[in-house]
Amino acid sequence: MLTAVWVYAELDQGGLAPSALELLTKARSLGAGSVAAVCLGPGSAEAAGDLGRHGAGTVYASGDPAFAELLPGGPAADTVAALVAEHHPDLILFPGSCGGRDVAGRVSAKLGVPVIANALDIEAAEAVTVTSSVFGATQLVRTEFRGRRPWLALFRPRSFAAEPAGGAAPQVVEVPASIDPRHRAARIVERSREVAAGPGLEEAQVVVSGGRGLQDPRNFDLLRQLAELLHGAVGASRAVVDAGWVPYALQVGQTGKTVKPNVYIACGISGAMQHTVGMKGSRHIVAINRDPQAPIFKLADLGIVGDAAEVVSRLIAELGGAPGAGQPPHGAA
Amino acid sequence: MDIAVCVKQIPDPNTPGELDPTTHRLRREGVDAVLDPGDEFGIEAGLALAEAHGGEVRVVSMGPERSVEAIRKALAMGAAGGVLVADPALVGADALTTARVLAAAIRRGPFDLVITSTESTDGYTGVVPQAIAELLGIPAVTFARSVSFDGSTLTVRRQTENGTETVEAGLPCVLSVTAGVNAPRYPSLRGIMAARSKPLDRLSLNDLDVQLGEVDQEIVRVEPAPQRKGGEVVADDGTGAQRILELLRQAKVI
Repeated sequence: MLTAVWVYAELDQGGLAPSALELLTKARSLGAGSVAAVCLGPGSAEAAGDLGRHGAGTVYASGDPAFAELLPGGPAADTVAALVAEHHPDLILFPGSCGGRDVAGRVSAKLGVPVIANALDIEAAEAVTVTSSVFGATQLVRTEFRGRRPWLALFRPRSFAAEPAGGAAPQVVEVPASIDPRHRAARIVERSREVAAGPGLEEAQVVVSGGRGLQDPRNFDLLRQLAELLHGAVGASRAVVDAGWVPYALQVGQTGKTVKPNVYIACGISGAMQHTVGMKGSRHIVAINRDPQAPIFKLADLGIVGDAAEVVSRLIAELGGAPGAGQPPHGAA
Repeated sequence: MDIAVCVKQIPDPNTPGELDPTTHRLRREGVDAVLDPGDEFGIEAGLALAEAHGGEVRVVSMGPERSVEAIRKALAMGAAGGVLVADPALVGADALTTARVLAAAIRRGPFDLVITSTESTDGYTGVVPQAIAELLGIPAVTFARSVSFDGSTLTVRRQTENGTETVEAGLPCVLSVTAGVNAPRYPSLRGIMAARSKPLDRLSLNDLDVQLGEVDQEIVRVEPAPQRKGGEVVADDGTGAQRILELLRQAKVI
């Protein structure tokens, strides 16, 4: 019943965001007549091959630098809307990233069709049904699309695993970019990346995350040491990101990244729903917290009631961490 | 500078929300309603800009009648006036409908800047600010972590998945702020007293130039998400690190 399914393939500073290939993998399983990707900005032509290997028969691409220099929402939404008017897709899958939400929100308002947010899965049978999570993923809601198309959905990161399909090279359709001058009223003047050394947070097999219970931002150095010894990555709760201890790039949770490592070690994190929605898919969960009533213990395979910085210091010593590294934790008490 | 700040009253986020499995709507009975804590950052950002550059803050909200309490809190913090759109037809409104109503209510007055939080703490759709911007035909500078204004240009440091971007924007625009952007003030006693006499307009859909769309989606089922089972919880008697090492070995990490 689906003729054409599209994926909004996001570029992140010229490279393809992982969500693009995840969403294409899902899109091609929906039994649609065709699958296409929309990829806008410098780097789109280079990304076309990868998009094709993951199931895109057509890539609507534009290398116009304006897509990278201006805020993405306005110009990209205009372009998607123009493509929709010409090709009439049934369904568009968007990544639930900052940029994906900026574009999907405007496309929704522009076309007058709703968008389902926080989607985790989608099925196409008699009807097209999206499963999304509400209230910190305590409940799952299944919503059927009805009425006017295109149907829009924003997917939580890592809802699907990307798998190449090994298809032929896609047809690349160069999209003429006509940037409405009013979008030039807001432009990006500077960019900085805040990505730590070692494996990426979303790919790491071990994630060591910290929260307020660490009591001192300097104790994040202990988490970095432990993560390094375990070849893992460091994450954080929203509370410490908002407090400015660590950058947002480390945030795990509803408004941050979704991680599914082999082992997740939550250090001084109470376990608010905001956080747990981003990590409860981990294979093993270890929690260290002073408060025996902390909700994080309800989902931990192993819970240690104690001082997180202290336990992590001892863990570093046990793992043979360098002496300079073995400095005592910074305590508030 | 005329600043409109969008606010929402939500069930207390410390008590988990729940959809009624029969009506598929938010259960509000027996749960305290509060001003969305995320909105306090938007109110603070608006008040700080108005204090530094002149002008005033007007709060705009859509929700049931009791949402006036949330608006009163914003007035007590220092907003000059408020608008509540309450209409039975809006119960269960989706993000697009919400944006249409808020945009129409904002348009009734002058505005140079519209401030929102990045998402509500109950619905978490995170697309309302962008939809409002599209409906008003202005840019949306989203996910702000810091904001400054030189009298004509807003400079915003916004967060992205992998870092930050600095954005310069002219007015008017929509600005969505994160919880890291400032430290919201508490309402003073004087502010609470003053809030009682500040203008608070109540509107229904009839007062607004807004068309509700057709219903294009329907919730067909609500179910509890699968929950993890907790394991062993032990007090750290000095062997906590050893216990973790055991688990790391079992998981073949070391």
